[in-house]
Parts: sequence; C-alpha cells; structure tokens
Amino acid sequence: MEFAELIKTPRADNVVLHRPFHPAVEGTLCLTGHHLILSSRRHDNAEELWLLHSNIDSIEKRFVGSLGTIIIKCKDLRIIQLDIPGMEECLNIASSIEALSTLDSVTLMYPFFYRPMFEVVEDGWHSFLPEREFELLSSVTSDWRLSYVNKEFSVCPSYPPIVTVPKSIDDEALRKVATFRHGGRFPVLSYYHKKNGMVMMRSSQPLTGTNGRRCKEDEKLINATLRAGKRGYIIDTRSLNVAQQARAKGGGFEQEVHYPQWRRIHKSIERYNILQESLIKLVEACNDQSHNMDRWLSKLEASNWLTHIKEILTAACLAAQCIDREGASVLVHGTEGTDSTLQVTSLAQIILDPRCRTIHGFQSLVEREWLQAGHPFQQRCAQSAYSNSKQKWEAPVFLLFLDCVWQILRQFPCSFEFSEHFLIMLFEHAYASQFGTFLGNNENERCKLKLPQKTMSLWSWVNRPPELSRFKNPLFEANSLVIWPSVAPQSLQLWEGVFLRWNRSSKFLDEAYEEMINIIEYNRELQAKVNALRRQLAELETDDGMQESP
Amino acid sequence: MEHIRTTKVEQVKLLDRFSTNNKSLTGTLYLTATHLLFIDSGQKETWILHHHIAAVEKLALTTSGCPLVIQCKNFRIVHFIVPRERDCHDIYNSLLQLSRPVRYDELYAFSYNPKQKESEQVKGWQLIDLAEEYKRMGVPNTNWQLSDANRDYKICETYPRELYVPRIASKPIIVGSSKFRSKGRFPVLSYYHRDKEAAICRCSQPLSGFSARCLEDEHMLQAISKANPANRYMYVMDTRPKLNAMANRAAGKGYENEDNYSNIRFQFVGIENIHVMRSSLQKLLEVSGIRGLSVNDFLSGLENSGWLRHIKAVLDAAVVLAKAIVVENASVLVHCSDGWDRTSQVCSLGALLLDSYYRTIKGFMVLIEKDWISFGHKFSDRCCQLDGDLKEISPVFTQFLECVWNLTEQFPQAFEYNEAFLLQIHEHVHSCQFGNFLGNCQKEREELRLREKTYSLWPFLLDEQKKYLNPLYNPDLSQKHTLLEPNTVSLNFKFWRNMYHQFDRTMHPRQSVFNLIMDMSEQNKQLEKDMKELEAKIKVRNKQQNAVLTKEPLQSVHPTLKTQCFKKEQPLLPANDAIRTIEGSNTADNRYSEYMEEFSKAEPAVVSLEYGVARMTC
Repeated sequence: MEFAELIKTPRADNVVLHRPFHPAVEGTLCLTGHHLILSSRRHDNAEELWLLHSNIDSIEKRFVGSLGTIIIKCKDLRIIQLDIPGMEECLNIASSIEALSTLDSVTLMYPFFYRPMFEVVEDGWHSFLPEREFELLSSVTSDWRLSYVNKEFSVCPSYPPIVTVPKSIDDEALRKVATFRHGGRFPVLSYYHKKNGMVMMRSSQPLTGTNGRRCKEDEKLINATLRAGKRGYIIDTRSLNVAQQARAKGGGFEQEVHYPQWRRIHKSIERYNILQESLIKLVEACNDQSHNMDRWLSKLEASNWLTHIKEILTAACLAAQCIDREGASVLVHGTEGTDSTLQVTSLAQIILDPRCRTIHGFQSLVEREWLQAGHPFQQRCAQSAYSNSKQKWEAPVFLLFLDCVWQILRQFPCSFEFSEHFLIMLFEHAYASQFGTFLGNNENERCKLKLPQKTMSLWSWVNRPPELSRFKNPLFEANSLVIWPSVAPQSLQLWEGVFLRWNRSSKFLDEAYEEMINIIEYNRELQAKVNALRRQLAELETDDGMQESP
Repeated sequence: MEHIRTTKVEQVKLLDRFSTNNKSLTGTLYLTATHLLFIDSGQKETWILHHHIAAVEKLALTTSGCPLVIQCKNFRIVHFIVPRERDCHDIYNSLLQLSRPVRYDELYAFSYNPKQKESEQVKGWQLIDLAEEYKRMGVPNTNWQLSDANRDYKICETYPRELYVPRIASKPIIVGSSKFRSKGRFPVLSYYHRDKEAAICRCSQPLSGFSARCLEDEHMLQAISKANPANRYMYVMDTRPKLNAMANRAAGKGYENEDNYSNIRFQFVGIENIHVMRSSLQKLLEVSGIRGLSVNDFLSGLENSGWLRHIKAVLDAAVVLAKAIVVENASVLVHCSDGWDRTSQVCSLGALLLDSYYRTIKGFMVLIEKDWISFGHKFSDRCCQLDGDLKEISPVFTQFLECVWNLTEQFPQAFEYNEAFLLQIHEHVHSCQFGNFLGNCQKEREELRLREKTYSLWPFLLDEQKKYLNPLYNPDLSQKHTLLEPNTVSLNFKFWRNMYHQFDRTMHPRQSVFNLIMDMSEQNKQLEKDMKELEAKIKVRNKQQNAVLTKEPLQSVHPTLKTQCFKKEQPLLPANDAIRTIEGSNTADNRYSEYMEEFSKAEPAVVSLEYGVARMTC
C-alpha cells in the first residue's frame, strides 16, 4: 500500500495552529506518511510542529462556513487545534489523518521507516541480554540456571526464548508445568535479593479448574525456591472472589493442601478496561478547568486513578516486605501474568534494588520485566485517554507503573539517577515512537517482525551522552537502602508532569527547577575550585618550606 | 502549679497514630508548669506546650491501661496509654485546667524568659514599625493623611490609634461614618499602591438595615474615591455570601445600597463565616485522622469538608482585589461583617499579590502586624487563648497562611521565606509564648502592657532566619512580576500535608529536595568565602615567593619533590554526602498490610514523633 493513496491533500496553506499557552501560529500544513507537519513562514524562528500520526488518539472536525477546524487529541494527552480554510481540504486532511493514525499493519509504522540522524554507539537491541543478567546472578548463587526450553516460543508464546529457573528443575518438567499454567507462563525468576538470598518469581494462574487439578512438577518447581523449613508467599493480584470465579473458566489458584509451604495473599489490582476508563475519566477531569472545587475533587475521586496507584504500590510494597523483612520467597501472579503481575514485580524491585533506580538499571528493568516478560504493549497502548474504541485489551498498565515509580521518586527525590522527564519520555514512547522497542506484544512477535534488524532501539538513542544528560536527576546520590514509600492517600499525588502538562503553564516551576540546577552546579564548581586552591596553597607552602631549609 | 497533682508517670505508652496494629513506645510522662513531656526508652523527647492543647479526651479503660488522647492546635495528635487509671485521671484533670487558662497573666508569654536584657526586649518590639510601613507605601501624601480621631480609642476600640484616611475626610465625617458602621469600624486605609495611586481600604458592614442611610458614610466613600486621581469609581467588596449579607439587614446591618453611594461598584465575593470555616476544618481533620484511609474516602472527605473550596474563595477574592487596583486603577473598600476576619484575609492577601515587599521575611511580619494584629483580628478568641466561647474559635489565620503557601507553591521563586516560616508562625500564633498575638486588639494589648511584660516573636524569627530562607528566591524576578497572578483553577489547590500532618513523619517524603538545596546554597556561601581567603593567601605566598625568586632566580622546584608534597596536602573538602541525609524508612511506618502482624510481633515497634517545629520553646 502506498501512503500517497491515503493523502488526497498533502499540503494546505494558511493553516492556523492553536495550542494552549502558545500564541496561534499560521503556516503551511504538510502531510507525510508518518507525520503531520506545520511550518510557519516566519523568518526569525520558524515555528514548527512535527506530530507523529501514531501519536494521534482521536480527531474531531467542525465547520464554520468554509473554515474547517480539526481538533487533534494525542496519546501523550496534548490537544491541538488546526484551522484549515476550505471545506474540501479540511475534509481530506481529516480523513487522511484518521486513516494514517490507525494503520493496521505494524510494518507500516514509522519505526520501520525511521533513519536515525545520530551515530549508534551501543545497539540497544543487544544492551540487555538475559545471559549477561544471568552472569551477575551466578556470581552470587548457583541455585539457578538458564533454560532454553522456550527457544522456539513453543512452550510459552509470550515468554522470551531464555528464562531463569531453579537448577534442579529440568526442561521436561518445565514443559509439564507450562501446560498447568495459563498461557504456558510457568514460574520463572524475576528477582534475586542478594541481601538474604530470597527470590521473587512470577507466573500466570495455575489451571486448577473446578475439580482442583494439580501438577506435581509445578509444586516441585516453586518449592525448589524455598530453603529448608522456610515458608513462602504467593501474592495473587486478584481478589479471592475473582480467583475463585476463574476456576469455572479453567483457571484458579494454588490450593493450600497442595502447596502447604506457601501462604496465599490476595491483593486485588484492577485490569483492562476498568483502568482505561479510569484514565479517560482522569484526563477528562484534568482538562476541564471550569470545574469548581467540589466537582474537581469528586471527578478526581470518581476516576479512581489514585486508588489504583495505591493498590498497585501496596501490593508491591507487600511483596518487597515479604522478601526483605520476613525473609521469605514470593511468587506473584494474577490471571495471565502479563499486567498486574509485572507491575508488582517491577515496583518491588525498585523498592528493594538500588540498581533499578539508576538509568541503566531502570532500562534493564523495563526490558526484563515488561518487554521480555511479554507485557502486550501493542495491545495495551493502542489507544490512550481520548479514544472511543473501548477495546478490552487497551489499558494504561504501563503508565500506572510509571506513575507509581514517580510517586516513589517524589518521596525519595535523591535516590533515583533519573528524573521525572525520563519517565515521561518512556510514557510517550510506549504509545508512539520512532523506535521499535515498544512495538509488538512479546519477544516472539518482535522476532517475527525482525525488529532488531529493521528498526532502531529506543535505548540506542537514550544512552547517548547528550540524551542521558537530559534525563539525569541532578540530586542523585546512590542510596543502597531499601526504600519504603508511604501509601497513605495524603502522600499520593496527581502526576502533574503528565496529566496537567498541557493544560497549565509551568513557566514558574520550570524556572525554579533551573535555579535549583544552577545552585547544584555552582556548588560543584565551587568545591572543585576550593579544592584546587587548597592544593595550590599546599604546594606553595611546601615549596616555601624547601626554600627555607635547603 | 496548683493544678498539677502528678508530675511524673512511668510506663506510659505512646501509640502510633496511624498504626493498624497498635505499635507503641514506652516511656515516662512528665507534667511541668508549661509543658507535657514524654521521654521514650530511646531518650527521644516529645514536648507539648499546654497552650497548644486543643482537647484532651479520656477514653474507656482497656486491659493495658487508660487511654488519653490529646489534640493540639498545631495538628499534633498524641495517644497515650497510662497504666493506672488514677494517674490518667490526675493528668487529664491537670491538663484540662492547664490548657484553659482563665486570665491572660497565666499565659506562657508572661513567664517566658529568654534571658534578654531589657533594652533588647524594647528593641525587639520596635522591630516592626507601622508608621515606617505607611511611609514606605507613600502616605501621608497630598490625598491621604494620618488621622488623630482614634488616638484615644474613642471612636473605635478595636482599631489601632493611628489610622490613615483621605485628607478631605473631616472629623465629623469620620465620626458620623463610624456610627454607621458595625463596632465603629469605619473605612480606613489598609494599603496604598504608590504607582496606581489607588488604595485598599477596610471597614465593617454598614448599619443600613432595609433603608437606613448615612450622609457622612456616603461622604467618606466619596472621599476615598476622590483620593484616587486616576479613577472616579471605586469598588466595594463585600466578602460575604450575598445571602448572609441580606440576612444581616434584618438585624439592622447589611450592605451598601448602590443608589445611595455615588460612583461605587458593589460586589459580593462569597467567603463563608467563621462558623462554617470552623466546622470545615473539623471535618477535614476527622477525615485525615482516619487510620487506613482509602484514597476515595480521603478525596470525598476533602470534598465534603469544603476546606479547599474555602481556600480558593479567599484567594479568588484577593485576586479580584489586586486586579481592580492594577488593571482598573480603582480603589477598593473591603468589608465583611465586623471587618476583622474575612476582611483581614482579603486585604492582606491582596497586598501580598500587589507588593513584593510582603514576600520578604521582614515584609511578611509587617503585613501580619498591620492587617491582622493592629486592625484587631481577634487572635485571642479565634485561637482560644483563654477559656472562653468555643463558637468564637475559627481557623481564619490558618487559612491565610494556607493561601500564602499555595502562592509559594505556584511561584517558587517569588518568596524570600519558605514553608517552615509559615509553619513556625502558625505554631506561635497558638503557643502564647510571645506577646504579639495575645489579646484581641491593640487597646487590650496596651492594657496588658505586653511590651513590658512579654517578648516579641519577630526578632527571634529574624535571628534564626537562615532556617526560613527560600534558597530559590529571586528578588529580581519579583520586581519584574510585581503583581502575582496565581492560577486559581480548582486543580491547583492541594491538601497542605506539611501543615495538617506536620507531626506524622511517615507521610512525608523521606528526602527533602528543599532542605538539600537550602543546605547547598548555605554551603555555597561558605565556599565563596573559603575561595576568597585561599586566593588571598596564595597571593601573599606568591608575592613572597616572587621576592625570593628574584633574589635566587635559579632555584627551581624539583618535579619529583612536587609529587611528594601531594601526600602532605590538607584533606580535601568532603564530598556532598554530609549534607545529603537520607532518612531510613521502615515498613512498620507504612501500613501495607495487616497480614504481617503475626510476624511483626517479635520486632520492636518503630514509632517516632518529632519535636515539632517549636524547639525554641524549651
């Protein structure tokens, strides 16, 4: 298919762009296969807008006489308005945008066409190999091994080809366990807590069904992670009720009789369209500035967004608490093990492991616990807060995770190597990007699409020094401690950097942030100068000493 | 001391307010003439000033002892368990008495002795000089003058002696107008905007009833609008909801009839009365004090309390006021019922938006002295300094501070002071440790001879102003944006956690960016000094050496020796670690789950209450 077929009017003049907090800009609008471009004719500093079609969540059109207006609502929550003279042009452009922003085929997406203008220092597609991660693990314990049982994606289509499992469990057993777990997602290692050797595993629900099926290999596998005489915890991210209902559909949960060494805790975390609804309501509330106080608060409450944040954080803290404080191993799962499970396991690692709070470590975490672990990004992030599609598979699961990280970052502002901007960047790229990283739903699909060969990795770009410096937290000071966030509602806040980003001016806050960085940089500068002067003085003093006593 | 029967109780437990499984600290409780003191087994001290106690409650006896719950005016809540009921009863009774003094001279300010010389005490009181302040604003001038009408508090007891009025307002007009105003609080100058020549004036409601009018009062308003050469009309802002103002008419009070006053534009701004505010705060505290609170209960509680709605209303009114002056060049007369609550809020916030001086530490003190203390905000009644009418209590001043806090959040570089400054002032409005806020009006303060018998708070705050400086403050910026234009869309207003949960350590971020930056900017000053000293020393050395070198030009330093001297050098400055303190956090502080109870029994409880901001007290 040629994009040109979809573009009836590639160019329109005298288009006026309206954005909140910016003066209107008049210019020429151009449509390309992947971008909507507006350039002004002003000589001084040509105002330009480059918008990826894939970033467009929904569009609305209106007409007043022959002046058409298109309102574009983006997945990054921005809303812009284009006034286009000429009804036909306007209709053509609107229908092109609609078609181009909802392309069916992944291979038509921009990452397959994007040619980077920068030199790739390190290919991000190879930055986070499981083998390397395993090397680190094997330097502290020999209880685990890499299994290639899923090499062909035949045991579990949503798992990566290489997973870490207990050494004592062979591939044959893994195959059996896979048949006992939803989608073949048998328990695998998620995190090893060096401090006390406790582990966190994740999986999907066991397929016990109504007649209480059991699987000896499954029991053996998870028991293999326990030390003699120790108990473990299974954190089920569904309520007991939901877990019980799952049995009717062949799913279920671990029965005490078969798993006597494990204690099950149910911590309900919402999923799917309930989360999408929540996002839609929240963004709606944030975008309506006319609300009086009562209405704003009740809308904020009705969105339930912060409730979800609290639920997720609480479950993650609980998992971390079991591992660090109770010295117990943990298995986390919900139904499929691709959503709330990953929220819990990845956040628990942020709390427990200082490495995950570095830029590189966080990338590695996203890579391991989200991309390789098979979070279906393409389905979940197909649409954002302005869509009307209401597909069951769309859900801001990853955004909620990022929001939770932001909440912890706010409570421990010096313990993270990255700043809020890094999290916002990840949010943007998960929904629309020139990079291939978040395309596809799992490693299997990425492999088939040949993404590493045909697209650029986000990490290749992020890890270049000029980009890295933008995402660094000036306050960072490595903190090797476990960080326990407060989950009290008084401690949780609306993530303004994402939800209020486009609808209020942050000029004064930005300036204050600049000033803060100035103080920090000045401090470094002064320290260096004073140290240099001290050295110089010391040198002079010794020189003198030598001269005095030759 | 006659109220104290038991001075020391041992084996008292202090419960963690938000723990779901009753974690506690054991220690000894001491009762002194001024404070309640709890020292736990880790020697950590919790001091509670008797005047800070808002309520004491003795709960039903439990197996472990008799619970005693103390609620403080600075929003600290402590929950003790006293082993023996008798002791608990004694302490309870003592605290009831001690926390409700009957006479002013029982207040802490009269016994507080910071060991200052008398001259320092006098100087302290002279720190804030309101005559100076009016001079700074530019009055007296051709249009405004100092009136001696109230020199002996004859016209209005609750106003200060010195009042500024339009030059053309004669004494009969002043007297006539004051008779037509509730409590005699006639229109006077609160703030004069030099550039715009426009004024903020304040008064109480007119005694207009349904039809009464007063020519002198009408002349008074005319004089105010005439004192503004730039604009012929003036605004009259009634800060009450229209309904309340109308109800007042039945009692012979009310609001200005636009037909009777020429050139006025009358407007209601709808801030609720002290009783609504009191119960609003009550509701807010009830919600925020719930253990294991859910997000939705918190948000709906916040909504139902109406607290943020009231904060927004106050700030909205101030914005209207400031805009009238700057945009329209119009003078504004502000009143409510008596003109000492909502009027104080709106006038002071309006001035704060208009004038960057009030955004400095000293300026803020002046603002409080002027619009709150001197114009007779009834601090004694509103803060319940003496045992009195509970219906007079209202968090009007707290709301003012909260509005200022909201502004500091929106304009992080516009204020010289920080949040700690606001919290400290709040602390001392209730502590009765200093004389400033005692009593209800200046006349009363003079009768109490506070300037001789007590100390002023301000010099103490100035002494430790380092703690209250905003490291991001940029005075130049303030000059560029003289008028602050806050965004008052609802979503900008947040719950002020650092005020209402000041003492609940676990709720706050464990690392404070603010403190870090504050320390760093403090350190920068020291480093700048060090640098200068070092440079000077090096210069001296170089001179000496040059002198030596010219004499013995051939003697140069051997390079190998040079490397050796590095070993001898002074230790370099420590890295920044020293000022980055990371407070350890604990799962026990956070209530993730009740499942952990059985495991945590063995673990000693981890609860800690901090001293609070007011360490100055002891």
